Amino acid sequence: MDAMVRELSYAQAIQEAMAIAMDMDERVFLMGEDIGVYGGAFQVTGDLVERYGADRVIDTPISELGGAGVAVGAALTGMRPIFEFQFSDFATLAMEQIVNQAAKMRFMLGGEVSVPVVMRFPAGSGTGAAAQHSQSLEAWLGHVPGLKVIQPATPYDAKGMLLAAVADPDPVMIFEHKLLYKMKGPVPEGYYTVPIGKADIRREGRDLTIVATSIMVQKALDAAAALESEGIDVEVVDLRTIRPMDKQTVIDSVKKTSRLMCVYEAVKTLGIGAEVSAMIAESEAFDYLDAPIVRLGGAETPIPYNPDLEKATVPQIPDIITAARDLVKGVR
Amino acid sequence: MATASKAVTDSRANLPFVYRHYSAEQLREVLHKMYLIRRFEEGAEECYTRGLIHGTMHLSIGQEASAMGICMPLAEDDQITSTHRGHGHCIAKGAEVKRMFAEFFGKTTGYCKGRGGSMHIADVGKGNLGANGIVGGGIPIAVGAALSSKMMKTGKVVVSFFGDGANNEGAFHEALNMAAVWKLPVIFVCENNGYGMSTSTARSTAVKNIAERAAAYSMPGVIVNGNIFSEVAEASHQAIARARAGEGPTLIESKTYRHRGHSKSDRNRYRTKEEIEDWMSNRDPITLFESELREFGFIDDKGIEAIRDAVAQEIAEGIEFAKASPSPDISETGNYVYTEQA
Ligand SMILES: Cc1ncc(C[n+]2csc(CCOP(=O)(O)OP(=O)(O)O)c2C)c(N)n1
Ligand SMILES: [Mg+2]
Repeated sequence: MDAMVRELSYAQAIQEAMAIAMDMDERVFLMGEDIGVYGGAFQVTGDLVERYGADRVIDTPISELGGAGVAVGAALTGMRPIFEFQFSDFATLAMEQIVNQAAKMRFMLGGEVSVPVVMRFPAGSGTGAAAQHSQSLEAWLGHVPGLKVIQPATPYDAKGMLLAAVADPDPVMIFEHKLLYKMKGPVPEGYYTVPIGKADIRREGRDLTIVATSIMVQKALDAAAALESEGIDVEVVDLRTIRPMDKQTVIDSVKKTSRLMCVYEAVKTLGIGAEVSAMIAESEAFDYLDAPIVRLGGAETPIPYNPDLEKATVPQIPDIITAARDLVKGVR
Repeated sequence: MATASKAVTDSRANLPFVYRHYSAEQLREVLHKMYLIRRFEEGAEECYTRGLIHGTMHLSIGQEASAMGICMPLAEDDQITSTHRGHGHCIAKGAEVKRMFAEFFGKTTGYCKGRGGSMHIADVGKGNLGANGIVGGGIPIAVGAALSSKMMKTGKVVVSFFGDGANNEGAFHEALNMAAVWKLPVIFVCENNGYGMSTSTARSTAVKNIAERAAAYSMPGVIVNGNIFSEVAEASHQAIARARAGEGPTLIESKTYRHRGHSKSDRNRYRTKEEIEDWMSNRDPITLFESELREFGFIDDKGIEAIRDAVAQEIAEGIEFAKASPSPDISETGNYVYTEQA
């Protein structure tokens, strides 16, 4: 039974997933700032309030700590909230509830409870919104046992992983790059899930493994296409979940290609690149490496307002091409 | 600012406070600044539409009397913390529009050297510690600045501007409590324009008037018509006097309205055209102040014309200055993350 496949934007795919989740389970509801009549800052909830009513598509006051805590409390006691942060940067205001409460509740209570909350975080730079509205903080949350942290990179995955998140008994944090919201791609109608904790090989290759996340997956694919004409065959692994990480897929890929590059938008150091690199260094794939691992990440600076500086702070396709070429050709 | 002479005060005995307290020249300067704020934002909006400015911006058109009324009675070295809707506060505290335009254009001559943009506009030299991208983010910072003032005995008063939406953040409540407990020279100015983005205060806030929240923190809560300059300025004047006397903070609720959408992507689906139209045509703060000034004989048509012309020229020059200014070099991306050591 093949479901109809249409072209949807990433934002539409998320909206459809939320609608399906609400249709399937009356415990599912949405909370967030301006997600009702405004439709959400990025129009992800859109007109859902007209279809599901203000009792299930709840506009909160501008109260991130309280709002996140209410979602955690509701999840703890039987509901299935999906909480939208207006920008991922505002996770910083709600860290207490996410990190000290949601993540640890089940553990602290010896497995007597679970917290099936889903939180959505519009993330990343590229919109000219400057330092407090452009961050990539996924590694912050990825550091916390008890949370699951995902970064879907396509409309298909955005829908399937959100539905998997809603079905998941534990807190799932979804980082959605703002520049992906308009990206179109094939999305089947109806219910399906994409598993959390499973990476995806988006392109097979022999010479180099690029492990990328979120918006960098498409950039890595574009770079790989350009490198093909030079005879460089790149494998692109879309990590998709940063906690729990799919180590085996990355290890197997590196054993095949013998070279590893990590590409992500967040600040380069102390992040996902460090984790993936260390994981490989600790694994049997280490012996297969023909060259040092390369990380391409964001500059060690807040995101600047000036558009040229803003672009220069995160990896762009030409940066990936150059770094990949140097890595394969042994240039250091 | 300077006080009018006794003779002038007597001849204006029945007029509202500010007309007794300030000179005609000072009051005309207020009108000038209100026009400057309005035209600056219109100019910025136009540049944005023409693709000269990127990102987004939050316009305070309709709220000029609030910014001017609060800032005019402040001394130059008094300080403010501002919000995402902070262009008016910045100009009211004394900023030059050309350096603001330059910031919006991302240029090195801008107040933040092109790193901050509209949402982080600041003018530290004039006591504006900065707009803020985080709703409520500036409120505790203002309390900290007031603590500095008290500890360093500088006599500075600090104003924290924030919106109605911000009063539902924990930071608001924690900050007001500390300011009251420590009797700090800070003034909390809630510019209640009826909405936090799309959410009306009726849907977001448990009290009818935000000023009522002052009671919970044992400070005076004052409500003013934020579109009437003289009302706002009088409340500000009193709160400043209280702060300088060491009597502690005041919460002023300035009821106003933003004519434009929340930001550049707002479709205004949460309010009616009639409501917007009513505020624009019947309660425009510049129109109201201008007619008061005229009625009380502080200005005539020629004077108003002169102000408008001067403002138009300042705006045009400011935009040219911004266009002609250099962009930061890509090699400077890492600057200012930490303090440069000599
Ligand atoms: C902590 C935080 N939450 C949400 C936002 C997004 N946001 C920016 S302005 C705004 C509305 C603020 O309303 P209000 O305080 O009334 O100020 P106004 O915009 O009306 O001037 C929102 C929700 C933000 N910038 N920071
Ligand atoms: Mg407001």
